[in-house]
Amino acid sequence: MNRSSMWEAVSGIVKRDLLLAMRRRSDAAMSVFFLVIVASLFPLGVGPEPAVLRTIGPGVLWVAALLACLLSLSRVFTADYVDGALEQMVLVPQPLAVLVAGKVVAHWLISGLPVVLLSPLLGLQFGLSGDALGVLVLSLLLGTPTLSMIGAIGAALVLGVRGSGLLVALLVLPLYVPVLIFGAGAVTSSMAGIGAEANLSLLGACLVLSLFLAPWATAAALRIALE
Amino acid sequence: MSVNWSKYSAPQAFYPLAGRLIPWFAVVAVALMGVGLYMGFFVAPTDFQQGESYRIIFVHVPAAWMSMFLYVVMAVWAGIGLGLNARLSFMMAQAIAPTGAMFTFLALLTGAMWGKPTWGAWWVWDARLTSELILLFQYAGVMLLRTSIDDLRRADRSSAVFALVGVVNVPIIYYSVQWWNTLHQGASVSMSTGSKMAATMLMAMLIMTIAFWLYSIAVILARVRCIVVERDSLPVWDERSAVSQEVVEVR
Repeated sequence: MNRSSMWEAVSGIVKRDLLLAMRRRSDAAMSVFFLVIVASLFPLGVGPEPAVLRTIGPGVLWVAALLACLLSLSRVFTADYVDGALEQMVLVPQPLAVLVAGKVVAHWLISGLPVVLLSPLLGLQFGLSGDALGVLVLSLLLGTPTLSMIGAIGAALVLGVRGSGLLVALLVLPLYVPVLIFGAGAVTSSMAGIGAEANLSLLGACLVLSLFLAPWATAAALRIALE
Repeated sequence: MSVNWSKYSAPQAFYPLAGRLIPWFAVVAVALMGVGLYMGFFVAPTDFQQGESYRIIFVHVPAAWMSMFLYVVMAVWAGIGLGLNARLSFMMAQAIAPTGAMFTFLALLTGAMWGKPTWGAWWVWDARLTSELILLFQYAGVMLLRTSIDDLRRADRSSAVFALVGVVNVPIIYYSVQWWNTLHQGASVSMSTGSKMAATMLMAMLIMTIAFWLYSIAVILARVRCIVVERDSLPVWDERSAVSQEVVEVR
C-alpha cells in the first residue's frame, strides 16, 4: 500500500461526496438555513437589548453551529449504508479509517465550512465587534472539523438503528461539550480583553486529538454495523 | 496447585462462581459501610470552617471516585470484549453501567446537598460539576445505545466502542480542579503529597470507598448472573437447559 494510492482514495471519496452534495444542493442548504433560523430565534425570545445579545451571542452561535452539525450527521453514512456502497468501501484495500477521514472532510466542507463563512454575518446580528468576529470565525474554523470528526463516530454507531436521529444526539452532544466550552470561551475571553489564545490552543488540541483517534473509532463502529 | 482461571471466562462456569462470591462481598460491604458511616458521622471531628455539613463528603467523595473508576473498569471490560471477543466481558460492561450511573448521580446529589449550605447554591456551572454531569450523560448513552439495538452482538460491540471513546472524559473530570481554577475545591487526598485532613476523616473516607467498591462488585456480579440467565434463555431451544441449571444452582 503506497502513499499515493491512499491519497487517491481519500481525494476520490471527497470528490464523490462533494459531487453528490452538489446534485442535491437543498440538503446542504437545509442545515445552513437551520443555523440562521435558530440564531435568529434567540433575539426574538430573549429580547433585543444589545448588551444581553452581546453576552449570549458567542454561546448561542456556537450552540446553533453544534445543532446544525448534528442535524447533518445522518447524511454522512446513511445513503452509502442503504445502497451498499459502504460495504464496498470496507472491502477496498485502503484502510477504512483513511476512507472515513475522507468522508468526514467532505462532510465538513458541505456542512461545516458554510457555517464558518456565515458566522460573521450572524455575529453582527448579535452586535459582536470586529475583533470578536475574527475570533468567532477562527474558533469555528478550528472547532467545526472536530465536531464532524466526533459526530462521525456517533453516526457510524447508530447506523440502521431505530430512532437513530434522537440517539445520535444523545451520544454525540455530551462529547461536543468541551469544544463548545473552548469555542464560546475563546470569543468571550477576547471580548473581555483576556485574549483568546489559550482557548484557541485547546480547540487546536481537540482537533489534533480527534483527527488522530476519531477515524479509527468510526471505522471500528462501521465494521460492527456492517457485520 | 494452580487454578485454571480462564475456565471462568465461560458464562456457565462464571455463573455459580459469582453466586458463591456475592454473599461475601455483600456482607463485608454492609459491615464496612456501617463502620465508615459511624466514624464519619460520630467519631470524625467537626470541620472548623464548614461545621457539620462537611460530613456529606464521606458519601460524596467515595461516590465520585467510584463513578470515575467504574467508567474506566467498564471501558476496560468493553475493550477486552472487543479485543478477545469474549461474551462475558461484554456482560460485565453491561452490568457495570447502571451501578456507575447510580454513583455518578449520587455524587451529583450529595454535592448539591453540600453546595447549598457551603456555596449557597444547589448547582454551579463549575468545571468539575459539568464534567461529572457529562459522565452521567455518557453512562446514559452507553445504556441507551445498548437498548436501542436489537441484535445482541452489535449492541455489545457498539456500546463498547462508545464506552471506549468516552474514556477521554475521565482524566478531564479528575484534573478539572487543577486545570481550571473554579469553585469546586481541589483534592484533599493525594497519592504524592499525602492528605490534608485529620486521620479519622481520612480513615472514614477510605473505609467508605472500600465499602462502595465491594458493594459495586456484589451488585455487578448479581446483575451479571441475571444477564447470563436472560441471554442464555433467549433462544427457545436453550430455555430448558438454562432453567435446569438454575434449579441445580438453587439446590
